[in-house]
Amino acid sequence: MKFSIALLLTFVTGLGLGTVGVLPWWSFVVAAALVGVTVQQTATKTFAAGFLGMFMAWGGLAWWIDWQNHSLLSQKIAFVLPLGGSAAALLFITGLIGGLLSGVAALCGHYARVRVQPQ
Amino acid sequence: MRLVPFLVSATLTVGLVVALDKPLGKAPALGKFFSPQIGFWQNAEPYDAIPGEELSFSSLKGNTEVFFDERLVPHVFAENEEDLYFVQGYLHARYRLFQIDLQTRAAAGRASELAGAKAINFDKEQRRLGMVFAAENALQEIEKDPLFRSIFDAYTAGVNAYIDQLTEAQLPIEYKLMQATPERWSNLRTALLLKMMAKMLSSGTENDLSNTNAKSIFLPDQLKRLYPQVPDSLLPIVPTGTAFAKPAVVPIVPVTADSLYFSHRDTIEAHSHYQPDPDNGSNNWVVAGSKTKSGAPILANDPHLELSLPSIWYEMQLTTPTSNVYGVSLPGSPMVIIGFNDSIAWGVTNSQRDVKDYFEIKFKDDTRKEYWYNGKWEPTRLRIEEIKVKDSVTVYDTVAYTIFGPVMFDGQFSNGYAKKMNLAVRWTAHDPSNEGMTFYKLNRARNYAEYEEAIRTFQSPGQNFVFASKSGDIAIWQQGRFPARWPGQGLYVMPGWDSTFAWQGYIPQLENPHSLNPERGFLQSANQRAVDSTYPYFIPGAYISARGIRIDKQLAAMNQVTPEDMMALHQDYFNTSAEDLRPVLLKNLRIDGLTDVEKNYLDQFVQWNLLASPSSIGQTVFQCFWDSLQSALYKDELTKTDPLATWPTEQTSLELLLKDSVLVFADDVRTPAIETLSDIVTLAFKRACAVLDKKAAEQKLEWSKFMSPSVYHLLKDALPAFARKGLNVGGYGNIVNAIKHSHGPSWRMVVHLTERTEAWGVYPGGQSGNPGSRFYDDYVSIWEKGAYHSLWLMRREEKNDARVKGVLQFKKS
Repeated sequence: MKFSIALLLTFVTGLGLGTVGVLPWWSFVVAAALVGVTVQQTATKTFAAGFLGMFMAWGGLAWWIDWQNHSLLSQKIAFVLPLGGSAAALLFITGLIGGLLSGVAALCGHYARVRVQPQ
Repeated sequence: MRLVPFLVSATLTVGLVVALDKPLGKAPALGKFFSPQIGFWQNAEPYDAIPGEELSFSSLKGNTEVFFDERLVPHVFAENEEDLYFVQGYLHARYRLFQIDLQTRAAAGRASELAGAKAINFDKEQRRLGMVFAAENALQEIEKDPLFRSIFDAYTAGVNAYIDQLTEAQLPIEYKLMQATPERWSNLRTALLLKMMAKMLSSGTENDLSNTNAKSIFLPDQLKRLYPQVPDSLLPIVPTGTAFAKPAVVPIVPVTADSLYFSHRDTIEAHSHYQPDPDNGSNNWVVAGSKTKSGAPILANDPHLELSLPSIWYEMQLTTPTSNVYGVSLPGSPMVIIGFNDSIAWGVTNSQRDVKDYFEIKFKDDTRKEYWYNGKWEPTRLRIEEIKVKDSVTVYDTVAYTIFGPVMFDGQFSNGYAKKMNLAVRWTAHDPSNEGMTFYKLNRARNYAEYEEAIRTFQSPGQNFVFASKSGDIAIWQQGRFPARWPGQGLYVMPGWDSTFAWQGYIPQLENPHSLNPERGFLQSANQRAVDSTYPYFIPGAYISARGIRIDKQLAAMNQVTPEDMMALHQDYFNTSAEDLRPVLLKNLRIDGLTDVEKNYLDQFVQWNLLASPSSIGQTVFQCFWDSLQSALYKDELTKTDPLATWPTEQTSLELLLKDSVLVFADDVRTPAIETLSDIVTLAFKRACAVLDKKAAEQKLEWSKFMSPSVYHLLKDALPAFARKGLNVGGYGNIVNAIKHSHGPSWRMVVHLTERTEAWGVYPGGQSGNPGSRFYDDYVSIWEKGAYHSLWLMRREEKNDARVKGVLQFKKS
């Protein structure tokens, strides 16, 4: 349950913050860390929820855009970048970048919380 | 207390953010670039999206509706002219922002701001050619006229209205890749765009520097034969036999012309590295009702330019209560440039006239503050050019301006040559003028008199304006401001210290070559010399003869002409040069020494149907053979100077061969033996076969595979993924369907002036500059097939027509 909540929170805040134009592209990192602080679970689960939340947010959004675009642009960009024209690789990397950043940020929050609580 | 893992994960997080936020060499910062909310994904438009919004701007006066059809062509209906050009500027920016920003920065010699240090030399050349000087002079003239001031202001406001509301996510993808941002528009940038066209079309039509080197190599008689002014086989724009009036201006030959100029045999070590393509040219023609099936005139045009994505053209309809025009516009400038309205149609080709001369300047000293002119020291005007360079320090360059214009080459700038020469440029594009006025009036012209009035003031670059009206008139004018030269003036670098060598005046506009309703019922222009030798002025230029010969002959033979005939002529692959050359080449080729493989190529050539079609191998053999022969004939002589002396034109070589008088050049001066024409032709063929063998090994013998026709993105090799390469088309620069590797018919248009105009057109690109839109390159395949779109001069009451797919409403706020 906590896992799903953390994942959902990461997903929603990650996408939401990205629509605020003045914020930098990495603002979701802060949100992911805060989710890591608030939702207590094991380190592995914290990372996994953070990772999957943003992997799905970025990867999913990119997939939705790509589907509507009939992959016109992704096929070209996958040649501009050395990906041999693979739109799938481009989608995967998109998700991976979001996921990795979010995952480590969530971990960061996780350990920060442990630190402030008297044991 | 988990300090260590906290620190590790915190470091990792911050490290990743920093790493992904930092550009990787030339590549953009990956984090931002991949973010589907602001990065490249945002440029991937929904496949079927057609705009439909309401927009309001305070500078508008009334309401404007823009109806987009299924090809994303906007049909703009404005209540007044200022709103019309505001909306045109807005649409140009919305669909072509990177293009207009890049092109005008490059025109101004500011490419280094985007491209970095590798563009510094390009920028220096642009500035030393006086591109900004030219645009400033034009703008002063334009802004003197309140009407044009308001049109340019409205256009600029429209471009900026789009730029100002752009979010980072909406930036064209090129900016994201280059980590750059667009710059706001100004009237000067519109003027710069027009000067970019002037450079493209009238800066490469002279060979003064390489001609001067040719003069150092050849004797006067040889010069005449290698560089004749009027080709024997010329079929001029103004039909042969037309009588010309006595010239109103007769320039005086300087008394020192022989000693200081014609017999002066110094070489020139200066050379522009960024010359326009010599095949920038075009075809246009018009057939009178007397020769057409319908009885209505038909006009056709196809301007040959560098083919790029996005295209240099943007198709649109511009309508107000008092005007209604359809055609292609040049993003970056208002109005329709080639098109038609309810009453007339017009098209343009390049005049190819030489309107740019070089004068040698003697500076008093290295400060370049004074130069010797008519027996005394005259002050120069020094213009300091500041060239900003991406990721590097700003470069400064000082350019001296003389009575002729900017000193392009001097001790500070020699383009790599050891010998320092001071050469000033006199170019008609530097003179104040308002070319927009011509297009404004053409967009609204209703008859021949109004067309004549519209083009009268057009100065630079010289164009052949072909015309047809519904009232049945057909006409052509070669229009521009052309210097009246004494014979030989401006072929070579001239002394810059003696005013008798300066231009003495201009050919009066009414004496420009023209023709109205000729008896034969058609007119054509295809970059050839406009007139035969009876024209009373000396008019050098970089003329191309072959296409005009073919078009003239075809049109002369046609009757009951239909628009489909004109489209077929656009696609014509017949190689008229090869038709003339083949017998003489075969006569001189010695077959006995050829290998079996070489004989096989020869068979292909002998049996070839003379069409430069995509699958033709004969065309490939011919072109390699012919290039090889021209090289074998002249290269030994032309390489005596560096940079090379001017290559004789293809037409000249062809005619020399036909007359058997090329023999004097046949001997390779570098070998002790005296070669005969047969020796050279056979040697050239064998060399060509070696090239063909290589191509055969790569499976590239078929003509379209050999030349690989392609439409590149504006950034060319930097973005091959945005290009359309290896198109299945044939043609060549000397063929009516003038497709070369990345150059050719940039817009094909046929207009039938029936009661309700019928028109067809296509360009190898698409309306949107966004590679993430299906409208980016959707016309390329249509163009490749030689097909056309039907052009819809929409009427307001047709707003519910099924072809209307989206509407943009512009309102005053």
